[in-house]
Amino acid sequence: MDQFLQQMVNGLSLGSIYALIALGYTMVYGIIKLINFAHGDIYMIGAYIGFAATTYVHLGFFPALILSMIVCAILGMIIERVAYKPLRNSSRITVLITAIGVSLLLEYSMMFFVGAEVRSYPKVLTNHLFHFGGVRVNMQQIYILVTAVALMILLQYIVTKTKTGKAMRAVSIDKDAAQLMGIRVDKTISITFAIGSAFAGAAGVLVGIYYNSIDPLMGMMPGLKAFVAAVFGGIGSIPGAMIGGLAIGIMETLVAGYGNSMYRDAAVFAFLILILILKPSGLLGKNEREKV
Amino acid sequence: MLEIKNLNVHYGVIHALKNASLTVNKGEIVTLIGANGAGKTTTLRTISGLNNATSGEIFLEGQNITNLPAPDRVELGLSQVPEGRRVFPEMSVLENLELGAFLRKDKTNIKKDLEHIYELFPILGKRKHQSSGTLSGGEQQMLAMGRALMSQPKILLLDEPSMGLAPLLVREIFKIITDINNSGTTILLVEQNASMALSIAHRAYVIENGSIVMSGTGEELAKSSEIQKAYLGGK
Repeated sequence: MDQFLQQMVNGLSLGSIYALIALGYTMVYGIIKLINFAHGDIYMIGAYIGFAATTYVHLGFFPALILSMIVCAILGMIIERVAYKPLRNSSRITVLITAIGVSLLLEYSMMFFVGAEVRSYPKVLTNHLFHFGGVRVNMQQIYILVTAVALMILLQYIVTKTKTGKAMRAVSIDKDAAQLMGIRVDKTISITFAIGSAFAGAAGVLVGIYYNSIDPLMGMMPGLKAFVAAVFGGIGSIPGAMIGGLAIGIMETLVAGYGNSMYRDAAVFAFLILILILKPSGLLGKNEREKV
Repeated sequence: MLEIKNLNVHYGVIHALKNASLTVNKGEIVTLIGANGAGKTTTLRTISGLNNATSGEIFLEGQNITNLPAPDRVELGLSQVPEGRRVFPEMSVLENLELGAFLRKDKTNIKKDLEHIYELFPILGKRKHQSSGTLSGGEQQMLAMGRALMSQPKILLLDEPSMGLAPLLVREIFKIITDINNSGTTILLVEQNASMALSIAHRAYVIENGSIVMSGTGEELAKSSEIQKAYLGGK
């Protein structure tokens, strides 16, 4: 029992990181129907910003987190402006291929500038362990959970209560009708990229602290897994991405804990295939109406 | 109030609107009637900025708005109820109405206007927290109209408000259009239901294959034998 609870705690920490990345995927998909494959690399850059901020500038956890979120938000907006906006009226496959191109560009320019070697984060948090019965929870896990939950509550507030959030929902439902309300579609898309990328940046810092090692290709696998999480939750659905992220995180640690940790990645992608066969619209996804 | 001059619109190689000109004076109800595919919706979408004109000009209160993006035109007092209502189905009635007031900052007046919309369409008040996708077609039409009014438009563009509605409901919607006009809003109405449209319009234009072929007062056109034959089912 203790081992199971322990795996749940580990799974929740990992899952909330996936959830933060999945939110960006799902928000961008919701608004421009693009699987932004460069999203995992924004998360990687977020991790490097956090690394630079803590190692060279000796910032603490929260200032580093916020700095990384701001830089990633700006980066996300620039990418959208330069790479995706000119293709607004192109076919979806064109934009998708562009996204893969942007992803490779980010990975290998990072490699060019900072080198391919793995770097380790400095100790920004104490190594304090808390014991709850037989379950051990460390300081990093508590920070990850609290930060992720706080960010998700903030996002839910933005989307449901603020004017910007309502504009984002309106644009994702019907761009023409949104324009007739006076909503500026381009600006709203830009804000969506900013928020999604900021969340990826936060996830990058959290992962750096949790696993203590970062490299320029670190975004690929978590990016793909977060994508699976978004599909599982129902792509385009914000609560779906949260649930999907947590579910994938827990599943992965359970497979690693009880089965064989070699199979953890395979399990996630086998799960993706299952979802696509059994419920392609995901847990909370809507069935798309095809307009004729 | 609104003037379009020699407007041309193309969809790829299709010439959808050919040298269309029309004028709507302050306080009028003007209707644009024509068959399916004649270019009515294209005209409205170009006026509201959802489509781009290839050539020609659009003036709102003397200001050239031909190249302004759609949201700027809303800010200047132009509001469109799109074809097929296009409410935001996942959002509540209240949220839809609030989005109509997206560009406004006067919170107290927005509240007052909401009350006014609920007076105009009592059913919307009763359903304000219901998600708008669950409303009937007629209720959605009312919501789309209420939402458009929330921007306090000087001119309201209506695209086929009667589409898919029962005759009794059509009469009710047209009565409300007249009421809105009487309270000072200028109206440009696009309709396939020519007899209803002509019965409330001060003036009317007829569009065929992308060209405006006839214009006159509502009464004149209703009596014209060509219109009788083509649109009113007369012989």
